[in-house]
Amino acid sequence: MLSRVANSLYWMSRYIERSENVARLLDVNLQLMLDFADFDDDKLEKHWLPILCSAGNEKTFFQLYEKADSESVTEFLTFREENPNSIISCLFSARENARQVRDQISLEMFETLNECYLFLKSSNAREVWQTGAHEFYEQIKRYSHLFQGLTGSTFTRNEGYEFINLGKFLERADKTSRILDLKYHILLPSVADVGGAVDAAQWQAILRSASALEAYRRFHVEDILPKKVAEFLIFSTTFPRSIRACMQHLDEDLHRLSGKERREYKSPEERAFGKLLSDMNFMTIEEILDTGLHQFLELIQTTLDQLDDHIYREYMHHPPVDNQAEILLHQQQMQQQQ
Amino acid sequence: MLLNNYQTEDFFDEMFTEGGHGVRPHYQRVADRLQHLDSGEHRRKQTAVDLAFMRSGVTFTVYNDDQGTERIFPFDLVPRVIPDTEWQRIEKGLIQRITALNLFLHDIYHDQKILKDRIIPPHYILGAKHFRREFMGFNVPKDIYVHVCGTDLIRDRDGNYLVLEDNLRCPSGASYMLENRAALKRAFPDLYRNARVQPVDNYAADLRKVLQYISPPSLGSAQPNVVLMTPGVFNSAYFEHAFLARQMGIPIVEGRDLLVRDARVYMRTTSGLVPVDVIYRRIDDDFLDPTVFRPDSLLGVPGLVHAYRSGNVSLANSIGTGVADDKVVYYFVPKIIKYYLGEEAILPNVDTYLASESQDRGFILENLAKLVVKSANEAGGYGMLMGPWASKEEIESFREQIQANPRNFIAQHPISLSRHPTWCNTETGGAFEGRHVDLRPYILYGEKITVTPGGLTRVALRKGSLVVNSSQGGGSKDTWVLHGDS
Repeated sequence: MLSRVANSLYWMSRYIERSENVARLLDVNLQLMLDFADFDDDKLEKHWLPILCSAGNEKTFFQLYEKADSESVTEFLTFREENPNSIISCLFSARENARQVRDQISLEMFETLNECYLFLKSSNAREVWQTGAHEFYEQIKRYSHLFQGLTGSTFTRNEGYEFINLGKFLERADKTSRILDLKYHILLPSVADVGGAVDAAQWQAILRSASALEAYRRFHVEDILPKKVAEFLIFSTTFPRSIRACMQHLDEDLHRLSGKERREYKSPEERAFGKLLSDMNFMTIEEILDTGLHQFLELIQTTLDQLDDHIYREYMHHPPVDNQAEILLHQQQMQQQQ
Repeated sequence: MLLNNYQTEDFFDEMFTEGGHGVRPHYQRVADRLQHLDSGEHRRKQTAVDLAFMRSGVTFTVYNDDQGTERIFPFDLVPRVIPDTEWQRIEKGLIQRITALNLFLHDIYHDQKILKDRIIPPHYILGAKHFRREFMGFNVPKDIYVHVCGTDLIRDRDGNYLVLEDNLRCPSGASYMLENRAALKRAFPDLYRNARVQPVDNYAADLRKVLQYISPPSLGSAQPNVVLMTPGVFNSAYFEHAFLARQMGIPIVEGRDLLVRDARVYMRTTSGLVPVDVIYRRIDDDFLDPTVFRPDSLLGVPGLVHAYRSGNVSLANSIGTGVADDKVVYYFVPKIIKYYLGEEAILPNVDTYLASESQDRGFILENLAKLVVKSANEAGGYGMLMGPWASKEEIESFREQIQANPRNFIAQHPISLSRHPTWCNTETGGAFEGRHVDLRPYILYGEKITVTPGGLTRVALRKGSLVVNSSQGGGSKDTWVLHGDS
């Protein structure tokens, strides 16, 4: 498979997964805000800033807006093309990548993305968003689910499929870790509120941001406890958006690509990733909380970042051709022949 | 019903006999169906087709637009119908033409007998913009120069088919021929089923066979690696490139995906360098290899021409075919056919004047306001003067250009192209009106020559306009070749 194609498939998949996660995050937090109608500007900013940091690019944000409130942050993360991680930017990039590899993906996959693109480009998109943000984010999630479902049912299980999966699971593991990390940043109104109604609402929002609320309830059948939530989102082997579940998929895909035996790894980055996954098989949530949840989540994000870098260098990147040198080389060869 | 007020006026109409009194027999089924169509149903079908094209991205990119706007090629629902007997003559004429042009290309890159015999004055060829002196004496695989050809045909006031031009470099539009057929089948399934239309679906498979057939001989019987080379996603025909690659099941590559080492072309893949044997290139000679042609071009691959010359990679179409679609060479095609095949051209040319012949030039300059003037090497409707519709300034500008560089211009009398009923949005809603059409059939030259029955009918949507190019506001129609004559 062409390296350029592998790169496009990988990013097409990552961007779609990312758009879905941003949509879910915004949807959940907008609804959460309905419960906190009394928030003043300061509290609003403290709520939205971490979300901005986890999903966007706060520097660009403050070039465009004065303060971070529900409207400005959601607008920035939804429609601003200046923000490369806004939903609209992600989906435009996904579609552009898909266009680059149109000959490789199924017609159904392209059509779904293209429909989504046409919807977002139309004036209708903003109208839908303004009359009902929830409906809008539902629609974005549906496009993502439809696309991923179609990928599963129409894309040949070849090398390209591995790159699509790598993109999806890497992005998903990263986003779940960032969503969980949000709780570290979102401040409670006061220390006394720990364990109170606001705290519970926030933890519930975390679960819903990861589409995990119902799965959690079914698994635990008890109150939403911070420790249990963290444990569930990190360790669950059965819930498909937990960090470990995603990493297990990644591990399998990496091995299929490299052709190496299980537990053998191709590079230091893959080894570091494998080690982390293996550690997670023996760790408890208590150990993580003792050394710091935030630090652990950061370790995950760094490891995934390095893995992303490795995948790029190993499969997608060829050292750029120096065109001038190439021209000279071939001119010399031709002269020798004549 | 919708056809009741249709006027053929003073034109040859594809569907109606003179004066609009009768329907030509091969259009009877279409006419019957249209009689039962009301404007509401027509609108619903048209909307459905347009949406489907938009959704599946059957679009071309409009240049000079920051947004990279993609537009659909307007599609008219009424098919153009050609009876079998008529088609057989067209097919014969096209095969004759491409056979002769291929012999011509071989000759001018080898012995140049046709120049020595003074059939064509040598300076026309040796000075042609697309003549590739570097390839003199070079033997292309299987002696085929033009593998894919799109020849534009028009019909005059008497319904005679004439050749307007040959596109022998990277002719485009075959994907629209295939997509139009698919769209029409969805819009009028009953009509299509009953009309006994010859299928066009084999185009991509036939093209793939041509490409495999010309693989380098050194490969032996091994399966060749065939790729389609595109300038990239911003090219206006990118949709077509991706479409054909997908239909043929071959990778689509850009210059940056390829690399030449030891006179062999490789593509850069996830598992290292993989050799490439045949390239269906949709990129002009000038951009193929910055070592040889334009050094400023980043679209091509340094060393590609060297690999080609070494016989390690085959190109479709071959390098240097552009000399045969020079409009000055077009003038000589009937003589070329006579010279190599000893036959009269089955499909005649439009009468043409060469500005570089002093007698013709005098006539052209005197009659600029009555003639159509074309530059020798432009495409897409650019570089043209439509005398009768042009302003004084345009005419004077062409006069200067012709005097400065007569070699670059030809002139023709405006042909009253045939017309075809076409849905036109009018102030009162919509109606069928006559619009001028041309036809681009696609010819594939491999182990044998195949002409896909039909082709791309382009239609000038603006009232009175003769310009059918998509870049100039043209649309298209599905083209039916029937199994019989009615």
